[in-house]
Amino acid sequence: MNRIKKLFQEKKNILSIYYTAGYPNTGDTIQIAEALEKSGADMLEIGFPYSDPVADGPVIQASSKQSLDQGMTLKLLFEQLKDLRKKVTIPVLLMGYVNPVLQFGVEKFCEACAEVGVDGCIVPDLPMVEYEEFYKDCFEKHNLSNVFLITPQTAEERIHKIDGLTNGFIYLLSSSATTGKNLEVGNTTEAYFSRIKNLNLKNPTMIGFGISDKQTFDKACSYANGAIIGTAFVKAIADGNLEESVSNFMKKFKA
Amino acid sequence: MKYKVNEKGYYGDFGGAYIPEMLYPNVEELRQNYLKIIDDADFQKEFHQLLKDYVGRPSPLYLAKRYSERYGANIFLKREDLNHTGAHKINNTIGQILLAEKLGKKRIIAETGAGQHGVATATVCALRNLECVIYMGEVDIERQAPNVARMKMLGAKVVPASSGSKTLKDATNEAMRDWINNPVDTHYIIGSVVGPHPYPDMVAIFQSIISEETKKQLLEQTGSDQPDYVLACVGGGSNAMGMFYHFMDDENVKLIAVEAAGKGVSSGFSAATTYLGKEGVLHGSRSILMQTEDGQVVEPHSVSAGLDYPGIGPQHAHLFKTGRGQYVSITDEESLEAGLLCTQLEGIIPAIESAHALAYLEKMEFKGGENVVVCLSGRGDKDLDTYIKYFNL
Repeated sequence: MNRIKKLFQEKKNILSIYYTAGYPNTGDTIQIAEALEKSGADMLEIGFPYSDPVADGPVIQASSKQSLDQGMTLKLLFEQLKDLRKKVTIPVLLMGYVNPVLQFGVEKFCEACAEVGVDGCIVPDLPMVEYEEFYKDCFEKHNLSNVFLITPQTAEERIHKIDGLTNGFIYLLSSSATTGKNLEVGNTTEAYFSRIKNLNLKNPTMIGFGISDKQTFDKACSYANGAIIGTAFVKAIADGNLEESVSNFMKKFKA
Repeated sequence: MKYKVNEKGYYGDFGGAYIPEMLYPNVEELRQNYLKIIDDADFQKEFHQLLKDYVGRPSPLYLAKRYSERYGANIFLKREDLNHTGAHKINNTIGQILLAEKLGKKRIIAETGAGQHGVATATVCALRNLECVIYMGEVDIERQAPNVARMKMLGAKVVPASSGSKTLKDATNEAMRDWINNPVDTHYIIGSVVGPHPYPDMVAIFQSIISEETKKQLLEQTGSDQPDYVLACVGGGSNAMGMFYHFMDDENVKLIAVEAAGKGVSSGFSAATTYLGKEGVLHGSRSILMQTEDGQVVEPHSVSAGLDYPGIGPQHAHLFKTGRGQYVSITDEESLEAGLLCTQLEGIIPAIESAHALAYLEKMEFKGGENVVVCLSGRGDKDLDTYIKYFNL
């Protein structure tokens, strides 16, 4: 069974952490993964950097730029992930934009993910129709989950369509925004989260964008199967001792 | 329909809408409504009235006598430089502002390179009393100071884009981010035939007034509505698409698109997309773009801020791939020399963008008597500083 499916069957209040591959230093990718698992992360999203990340806020964009400037590529990332499964047991997804995947080759990308033990992908600018028509078979052949995003503006019919195409979880954006905005759970957001919860989707949901501390994490967990933290974590590992930064950051959520 | 968009938003292999979910409702709202709105008789009436009384259309098709003598062909200049605000950009912004109003939008955002699209957007926002925010690369803000001042006078807020190369591509990223963060009340007026479907088609439709008029004017002046060649410069490619639009199915009309070679196509400082680029996805559509092997976008260079873009619109990619259009390039120096030549031969100071198209005339060989139309997409007032520095004026 795919590790993502297994995790959702076994656990509630899932904490997933996003970080940018090759940041702060090119060689850090695996070390961060190990440290995160050790400190209690349930799932990882490793971002492969892109030069023009329109859905990202300034923090993640800057981390991508630094990583690219230091020479990170998808090819290098897969080399770094070669020993991933010797060191990390929790589910791992890759997250990034479609153009690097297209240049790498979609088939080759799926193969490489399967080889290193990546369980799923999040490619926010890959249109659902393209996925369905051209890439779905390839993803499924390699036992890869493809995760789609939904926002407060996503129509119900489309949410059901996404639910039908996804086979991991649905990434519920807390608001229509780029990454790094703070989550403000007001009446509108609450109504949106409740609306999604009441749709009884077949896939579990994870709330992302704007989760930065225990309080926002717990709030998100009351509406979904868990939450994803990106910007706050990327900020936390910008400098200092990596192991220590990761462990200190994770302690906040385990209190 | 051979070169027009299909129902899925593609031109052959190019186009589509590669956008994050946050933009899906906005783009889908546009896709479902743009043709209905544009085709409506009231919309058409208002659009054409504004083009006539406010923009000053039809723009003349001018038979440039001294150019014609020099090249031994009838060289016609389609005078988009005479439009209000100084370039073809206003054709599109007039169309999109009316469309935004019909969609009930209260706030307008746009990106700009040379500042011509920013000025055209700020102008129509002033005209229709809508809030206006323009994203512009820091580098471009510096080299196009008069246009920045114009936008501010018109009431627009000019926001510097400080990421990446700090030029047009980054301004586009910032505008897209703004749209993601303001999904309900904001319309994004994209200034070229780029972006997710339906933008390339919508902008092409609004700019197609250029070739529509040219055909009529040519018929009156030459007895035929089909010239031998049409030429236009290409950054994203909106003036070229407007210039080509009604000629695309006239297979005997040769379409020549002139890209910016910058300091030379192999110099590492170039914006010659079809020469240097390959297929990929940028700013929401599949097209041809300059990129590394790893799919990272390469920063372009051109002396002209309006051509300083690493991609081309998907329809151009299709014309290029099918061979319907000939895509060539002109260096910074060649364009500046052509700008001076146009000024001295015809008394017209062209935008450096347009001077790229004019410069290609020097490389063409005519048998004699051919009819050639060059889209003079904009005027050079905004570029005086660059001309002054280059020619030590």
